[in-house]
Amino acid sequence: MKKNAHQRQIFKYSALKVISFVMVGLSLLALLAVISFILIRGVPYVNMQLLFGDYENEPSIKPALIGTAYLVLVAIGIAAPIGIGSAVFLTEYTNSKSRLIRVIRIATETLAGIPSIVYGIFGYLIFVVALGFKYSLIGGGITLAIMILPVIVRSTEESLLAVPRSLREGSFALGASKVRTIFNVVLPCAASGIVTSLILAIGRVISESAVLILTIGMVVHKIPEGFASPGTSLALDVYYFGSHGYPEQAAATGVVLLVLVMAINILATFLGKVFGKGELANG
Amino acid sequence: MDSNKSANVAMLNRKPADENSKSAAKGNTKPKPDVNAGKTAFKNSGSQTAANKSSGGKFNITVRNCNLHYGDFHALKDVNIDIEENEVTAFIGPSGCGKSTFLKTFNRMNDLIEDCKITGLIEIGGQDIYAKSTDVTMLRKNVGMIFQKPNPFPMSIYDNIAFAPRTFGIKKKSTLDEIVERSLKLAGLWEEVSDRLNKNAMGMSGGQQQRLCIARSLAAEPKILLMDEPTSALDPISTGTIEELVNILKTNYTIVIVTHNMQQATRISDKTAFFLLGEIVEYGKTEDIFLKPTDKRTENYITGRFG
Repeated sequence: MKKNAHQRQIFKYSALKVISFVMVGLSLLALLAVISFILIRGVPYVNMQLLFGDYENEPSIKPALIGTAYLVLVAIGIAAPIGIGSAVFLTEYTNSKSRLIRVIRIATETLAGIPSIVYGIFGYLIFVVALGFKYSLIGGGITLAIMILPVIVRSTEESLLAVPRSLREGSFALGASKVRTIFNVVLPCAASGIVTSLILAIGRVISESAVLILTIGMVVHKIPEGFASPGTSLALDVYYFGSHGYPEQAAATGVVLLVLVMAINILATFLGKVFGKGELANG
Repeated sequence: MDSNKSANVAMLNRKPADENSKSAAKGNTKPKPDVNAGKTAFKNSGSQTAANKSSGGKFNITVRNCNLHYGDFHALKDVNIDIEENEVTAFIGPSGCGKSTFLKTFNRMNDLIEDCKITGLIEIGGQDIYAKSTDVTMLRKNVGMIFQKPNPFPMSIYDNIAFAPRTFGIKKKSTLDEIVERSLKLAGLWEEVSDRLNKNAMGMSGGQQQRLCIARSLAAEPKILLMDEPTSALDPISTGTIEELVNILKTNYTIVIVTHNMQQATRISDKTAFFLLGEIVEYGKTEDIFLKPTDKRTENYITGRFG
């Protein structure tokens, strides 16, 4: 009787192992299918005309590359200082148990969970209509900044909280002020985490499309003249090419987008390792 | 400055003092050259006159009726103590009896804890360090602290030592170089690290890290050193090194050390205070406390019957 129960245990154990193995295989397969399909369909069409040519008879993503650069500049330029500043305030200047902090935390988490198209309609109503920017890269960039702000606040907060309390105490015990402690001890220690979170935020800006459909006008054929002019982004170009009879170019743009985002993620991991070397290995 | 430096080097080469040389060293204690003309050490410049009446740079600690609460918890109960200059005073007692808490009142580290309330009088060199006019920054400059776990900053050895001088506005490279070298020599670390000052301090061994932290405190030119179980995270050899260091440093600094190790207290301290449940049960010369304790509870503790 007892032996039977034991055998059943073993069977359950190995069955679970097989099932989970199959599940892992399936999810890997899905990932591989997407990547290889895009690569196979897109790579043959990635050429100089598509990347850097003028958009006259043949489609080109040059305007999108420039537009994307503008968007990253605006979104990170606004969201990074505000986000890092808020995180410093939340971790260093307030009691983590206070009601204010809990309200702010719920607010940031809610903000992070809002579907991006909702940010899009907000940006449209505020910047395009109410403030009269018309379709513009700056309006889209600011909307993106609002969208990535909670992500930056949250991850910067995590990095700051990971800095051991003993380092802050050590600094205070040497007579350092709060400001000096924050700038010379806490922020340098958290730098790797903060930089990583900023790079991942850039990744989100590059791959975002819903917000931009409503705010920057999707002008695919003209190089933007500045922050105030309408434009396009890589993700929008995929949508545009796909829905206007250029499936190959859509796939090729997808390849560019994929490579860019992957490069950004690798860079983030790499920088995290370089900065983090031996840093908090306080043993 | 130079003669001071060579004196420090000479001190380092001396073996940990046996009874004779210890008292000899104490006999010719010279007051350390004082950079901020110690009189107004903790005061804001605005209240200099009020501070002037206090003694010329004395750094003895006087505590009267000190009570400390963490929220509802009564952590220190009517504590009184007089700690003399240039002596090593050890705080012993079981865990959670308020030794570290009491130590942290001397450099106001308890300010960082939200619901911590302190009443009573704590004076250093005749100045109430909880008075409104006290400059906490200057207080902490004069009262250095070494923590239980070494906590070097994740930066170079040089930048660690230069942290405090830079806090107080010293920017000149040559001055900083001099302070770094002097502090490391004082802490007995110079020989080991002089060729890798720009290496990250996190790469050092635990014992080296703790001596680095001592050097980092010394760079602020304190008068008092508070040590909160400085060797509890270290191996016996590093512990021995730190104890030797304490014996050397006490000629120029007032040292208060919290320890769980009673042998350590007998080895390095001149006076010992025994804490129990937030009170000082007994305070006196170390040999008296350990050889002829007057209180039954002290006797029970030092003979290992509890704690």
